[in-house]
Amino acid sequence: MTGQTMVEKILARGAGKERVQPGELVNVKVDLALGNDITAPVAIKEFTRLGLKRVFDPDRVVLVPDHFTPNRDIAAAEQAQLLRRFAGDYGIKHYFEVGRMGVEHALLPEQGLVRPGDIIIGADSHTCTYGALGAFATGVGSTDLAAAMALGEAWFKVPSTIRFVFEGTLPPWVGGKDLILYTIGQIGVEGARYRAMAFCGPTINNLSMDGRLTMANMAIEAGGKCGYMEPDQITFSYLEGRTGGPFSAVYGDPDAEYEQTYHFDVSRLQPQVAFPPAPDNSRPVAEASGIQIDQVVIGSCTNGRLEDLRAAALVLKGRRVHPRVRLLIIPATQLIYRQALEEGLLATFIEAEAAVSTPTCGPCLGGHMGILARGEKALATTNRNFVGRMGHAESEVYLCNPAVAAASAVAGQIVHPEEVVR
Amino acid sequence: MIIEGKVWLFGDNVDTDAIIPARYLSSTDPVELARHCMEDISPEFAGDVQEGDLIVGGNNFGCGSSREHAPLAIKGAGVSCVVARSFARIFYRNAINIGLPILECPDELAHALSPGESLRVDLHRGLITRLSDGSCFQAAPFPPFMGEIIRQGGLIEYVRERIKNI
Ligand code: SF4
Repeated sequence: MTGQTMVEKILARGAGKERVQPGELVNVKVDLALGNDITAPVAIKEFTRLGLKRVFDPDRVVLVPDHFTPNRDIAAAEQAQLLRRFAGDYGIKHYFEVGRMGVEHALLPEQGLVRPGDIIIGADSHTCTYGALGAFATGVGSTDLAAAMALGEAWFKVPSTIRFVFEGTLPPWVGGKDLILYTIGQIGVEGARYRAMAFCGPTINNLSMDGRLTMANMAIEAGGKCGYMEPDQITFSYLEGRTGGPFSAVYGDPDAEYEQTYHFDVSRLQPQVAFPPAPDNSRPVAEASGIQIDQVVIGSCTNGRLEDLRAAALVLKGRRVHPRVRLLIIPATQLIYRQALEEGLLATFIEAEAAVSTPTCGPCLGGHMGILARGEKALATTNRNFVGRMGHAESEVYLCNPAVAAASAVAGQIVHPEEVVR
Repeated sequence: MIIEGKVWLFGDNVDTDAIIPARYLSSTDPVELARHCMEDISPEFAGDVQEGDLIVGGNNFGCGSSREHAPLAIKGAGVSCVVARSFARIFYRNAINIGLPILECPDELAHALSPGESLRVDLHRGLITRLSDGSCFQAAPFPPFMGEIIRQGGLIEYVRERIKNI
């Protein structure tokens, strides 16, 4: 009998089984169930049909109004109100009000709600982010969330796993975002459909937690069910002081079976830019050089963390945003916002004439706070560049890392950061 | 569970915007959604589809957003089963969860079929039979657990039963 991957072992444990096989259907206990101001209202409506007096565990349901908040219009205000009332009525402990809130997938790990070995579902496709801490985490629909709120369970088809082994020391200005854009470029938007994506190798062992979260975040852009790194010392240091309860990390067996293994030597990787209209359309930044942009967005659950803001500040220090460009910087959570304030990053941004905002998904999904007009081009550290994602159907979004975004905001066109910081 | 019906054929990558365009998402009523199902890619579908008909698609059926309105529109149109070479995963879950039968079929099926011919589908055995010549195609059998969800009429009804028995 061969060994099992991390994901197989976590799902087996959640299903109370010795082992599970890819393709097998399992019903598992979930450690956490998440909803936001778009998906939770539908789930709440379904949940209410059951006539239950309580959710399965008020401490394991997380509600984050982050997409259209601070409320962009009356309809959004009513959705947010529904969440707030439900959280109050059902004693939901982890409800995050505006002012304490952050973009959900940056917020949950930061708040210590994600632990290695956990099974987490979220009615949001980027729930896969939490795999960076060695959890099994995946996006589901609103009805799944309703059922999980009732029973604390979810059903899954056990995915097979594709392994990505990264080798080599990353060049300056290259990070997790570039690794994942490059990977998606290699395998395509369907390349990991239904599969788990295991990220490993020497490069990953040296990658920061923020960089790992960025990578796992975008597993869905290759169609993946989840993306993950097995927990190590970097994971455990990150968790210190964040998470209260005990947890037990899970590791794949040495003889685990992977459907496929890719080896990438990334020692010469260039910063990547994904051209519209899909994240797999990624190319070295040099090929994008000279493309004029109207707006730059630094933020989101992909790249709105402290390390990202530091990278942007390094570029923006003592410089000014190009007169033709609007630079929006959105720290992903309130804590990151405060840290950025204390470190002086916000002052750097404001002096550079960037617009700095309270945490929100905002322009990432074309919700509010930076919608594009017809024909406009944006460069963003977000994760999707589909047609119309940030506004008008004839606007365009390019994706990149925070340093490229900041440098390009200064240059008024897409550039390699070293052209701005010499 | 045995299903028999006339086939509507679709190609690869039928996305959730094609199944139900975003402009109609202000409704969650399956009957209302069904009026616009496939409107942009197959304008005659909503008017001509008969109770019990089947949809046969290609690769990556239901890709795009996670909106549950997509399988709801199909179910509301009276479609008895969706068969495709592969499904985008959140669409797959959502279909099962709202009680819409769904099967992943082998490659040859979609190529063999002509629009309007009839199929018999045995969900538990995963057996798809062409009524015109009796030829059979084997899909992955429908797992008992999913069969149970579908039989109950969706995940919420399934949960309701489970709660009664706890
Ligand atoms: S920041 Fe963007 S991708 Fe992340 S949860 Fe918000 S809308 Fe989704």
